[in-house]
Amino acid sequence: MSSTARSTRPPTGPRQLHPGAWWLWALGLGAAATRTTNPAILLLLVATAGYVVAARRGDAPWSRSYGAFLRLGLLVLGIRLVFAVLLGSPIPGTHVLFTLPEVPLPAWAQGVRIGGRVTAEGLLAALYDGLRLATLLICVGAANSLASPARLLRALPGALYEAGVAVVVAMTFAPNLVADVRRLRAARRLRGRTDKGIAAVLSVGLPVLEGALERSIALAAAMDTRGFGRTADVPRPLARATAALTLAGLLGVCLAAYGLLTAGGAGWALPVLLIGLAAAFAGLLLGSRRSVRTRYRPDPWALPEWLTAGSGAAVAGLTIHLSGSDPAAFAPTVVPPTVPVLPLAAVLTVLLGLVPAFAAPTPPRRAS
Amino acid sequence: MITFEQVSVRYADSAAPALSGVDLTVPEGELCLLVGPSGSGKSTLLGTVSGLVPHFTGGVLHGRVTVGGRDTREHRPRELADLVGTVGQDPLAQFVTDTVEDELAYGMESLGLPGDVMRRRVEETLDLLGLADLRDRSLNSLSGGQQQRVAIGSVLTVHPRVLVLDEPTSALDPGAAEEVLAVLQRLVHDLGTTVLLAEHRLERVVQYADQVLLLTPGAAPVLGEPAEVMAHSPVHPPVVGLGRLAGWRPLPLSVRDARRKAAPLRASLDGRVPAAASAPDGAPIAVSDRLAVRRGPVQALRGVDLALHPGEITALMGRNGAGKSTLLGGLVGLHAPASGSVTVGGRTPHRTRPAELIRQVGLVPQDPRDLLYGESVAAECASADADAKAAPGTCRALVERLLPGIADDTHPRDLSEGQRLTLALAVVLTARPPLLLLDEPTRGLDYAAKARLVEILRALAAEGHAVLLATHDVELAAELAHRTVILAEGEIVADGPTAEVVVSSPTFAPQVAKVLAPGPWLTVGQVAEALGAEALGV
Repeated sequence: MSSTARSTRPPTGPRQLHPGAWWLWALGLGAAATRTTNPAILLLLVATAGYVVAARRGDAPWSRSYGAFLRLGLLVLGIRLVFAVLLGSPIPGTHVLFTLPEVPLPAWAQGVRIGGRVTAEGLLAALYDGLRLATLLICVGAANSLASPARLLRALPGALYEAGVAVVVAMTFAPNLVADVRRLRAARRLRGRTDKGIAAVLSVGLPVLEGALERSIALAAAMDTRGFGRTADVPRPLARATAALTLAGLLGVCLAAYGLLTAGGAGWALPVLLIGLAAAFAGLLLGSRRSVRTRYRPDPWALPEWLTAGSGAAVAGLTIHLSGSDPAAFAPTVVPPTVPVLPLAAVLTVLLGLVPAFAAPTPPRRAS
Repeated sequence: MITFEQVSVRYADSAAPALSGVDLTVPEGELCLLVGPSGSGKSTLLGTVSGLVPHFTGGVLHGRVTVGGRDTREHRPRELADLVGTVGQDPLAQFVTDTVEDELAYGMESLGLPGDVMRRRVEETLDLLGLADLRDRSLNSLSGGQQQRVAIGSVLTVHPRVLVLDEPTSALDPGAAEEVLAVLQRLVHDLGTTVLLAEHRLERVVQYADQVLLLTPGAAPVLGEPAEVMAHSPVHPPVVGLGRLAGWRPLPLSVRDARRKAAPLRASLDGRVPAAASAPDGAPIAVSDRLAVRRGPVQALRGVDLALHPGEITALMGRNGAGKSTLLGGLVGLHAPASGSVTVGGRTPHRTRPAELIRQVGLVPQDPRDLLYGESVAAECASADADAKAAPGTCRALVERLLPGIADDTHPRDLSEGQRLTLALAVVLTARPPLLLLDEPTRGLDYAAKARLVEILRALAAEGHAVLLATHDVELAAELAHRTVILAEGEIVADGPTAEVVVSSPTFAPQVAKVLAPGPWLTVGQVAEALGAEALGV
């Protein structure tokens, strides 16, 4: 094992944290967000994620994506509110803020309303709900800017490697396509045609697709000449077992995720999740035998990774526990509207999410 | 190391074989240069070595190609990956990862090398290619020469015994090309790697070759000493042309060898000057006044003053990223000025309607395919006539004048590089713009197509067109341009008659100027004319 030990990056000094740790942490925060509609707790979660991003993001291009996710979250919140105003809300409320002219609808569209009374309770419920969704998005954005999805894919087990490459290649193609469209629209101008409007974009569709196809073929040839897709021979029963285990495992995980996110299934979901994960893991382990690949300088999983992933898990676990024991604080009533309270236990729980801001190593920065 | 036994390749949709009767051996540790006109099968031959032909491209391979004892028909490219490294023309098209270090490791990861070996080889390769400072950089942020060095490094880490390169310097400026060729030279000398290299720009590479393989369509391939093959090769660099003209034996292949032999020639040319091209003068067609253009975060042009006159051919040179394409784009209104102004034919390009602007200025972009959408040459010409509101048949007549013999029903993508360039040129000329811009027109052109382009552009200038061409090709600029402008970091650093600007420059001087310096001679043609005149005089 000495060779493996030498080939991992040394776990000291400035380095990138293992991408898996960042994603576990972010998912933990996100899971906590799904268990509450209390805006104070949600905003505290957003602030926690934002602080960690500010403290530990690197200077790579993807690190700037946090701002984009923040804006996306606000957009989602805005859309949720606009819909609540226009389409009304099922929440019965008594505090009418204003009344929009109502569009008369035929009898068969009963239950659907356009316009009409807008109540404070309805708006408040929409606000809480939108905020929850926005927080979830912002947690994903935090993970995205702290560890690029490409780096996460590199850490996948060998059996998933080829799927990972497909995703990475697709991600690098998107910017290329945009550049192609821009270049070909400019070329339209050189032919004396207008480069504005939808028609101009559509007319370059075919050449852009041709270009993309040519590029993929060139890349496929290059990857082939560099040994991509070399495989080791494995016995047929082993290959079948791999497929069965992986499929069963993934199904189990999906079922359990559904159970965990809905209110009723908390009892059976956890064991199913564990069994599913175990099956999927075994499948991946078996599948890796087919691959002859080795990995160059894999990221180590050391104490900072444990602390980061652990803090995410703690936030999620404690929030789920607290929301069960004190539902009033985690889901403040909107009918009648109440001022949301912020229990000390919840604050402390969410603040656990700040651990990586101190435990994670600083990312290496380029002198510029 | 590499043996070809009676190899011929025929693709399914073509009548003639792409390659036939190749029967030769490339010994280990040699740098073998493939030369020949477009369509002579250079890329196909390289493909048979890496296994891409026939496994990836289809087609039928007759005969046998073996590399290090492995038959490439029985081994797929991925099974040859530890033996043959392949580098193409566009490094960005072959990158799989996003940083320099990961890219260098990628091939080794695929082959399953142990971690400590990978670590050591990455460090060695970073040093060998001078990439150590760039190890964490993202691949997109590198310059063209750096990218090409990373591409070479990424195939070197698996320690291949054969390196196959298809036009590795054709997209690079002269300085970056030197960088890449120095690396290849070092590999051959220090590591004993066998290198098989195809390149159109012979002036850059022929002096490094141990062997030259000449492919001519319809004739048997010739493998031999570079000087012997060059003595009767239809494609040859200017220094060889000069050597043939002066009757030097053995033929010099490098500027250094030629300079040693050139003393008598320099003496006989002393006191004479090449026939001066009549410097055309007239009211400028296009003027830029302290033009500054920003592209995203980059200040691409900073205060460029330039006036273009009718009948004058101007070459625009400079490194990759110096702002050449941006300047051309500014003249056709693709980029709005951040400050300063640009006027073409009295109009401001980015505020003029495209239909009106094409009567003032035409641009042939770097990839002429961008300009061509038609299903056939005839359809392309018809739509060009409609765009320019010209009489039907105008564009087709132009195509016929510029390059006779292009069939009506050919798809533009099936044309050769030279034919495609000519078609794009005809499309642009249909609107009769007095100012013609070309971006890197000789990329991928062989010497014959280049000579044809030179004739066409000269004729257009003689008719009163102003021509501005951005190019890395110093020989083309020397041959064609009345005036040369050199850009660096978005500023003009030199602007004047070509002879004055390029003769003193180590990077931009053509080979003939380097051999005959300090004389003002730029091309073999000028020397031949002067010698011919002398012969007549005596």
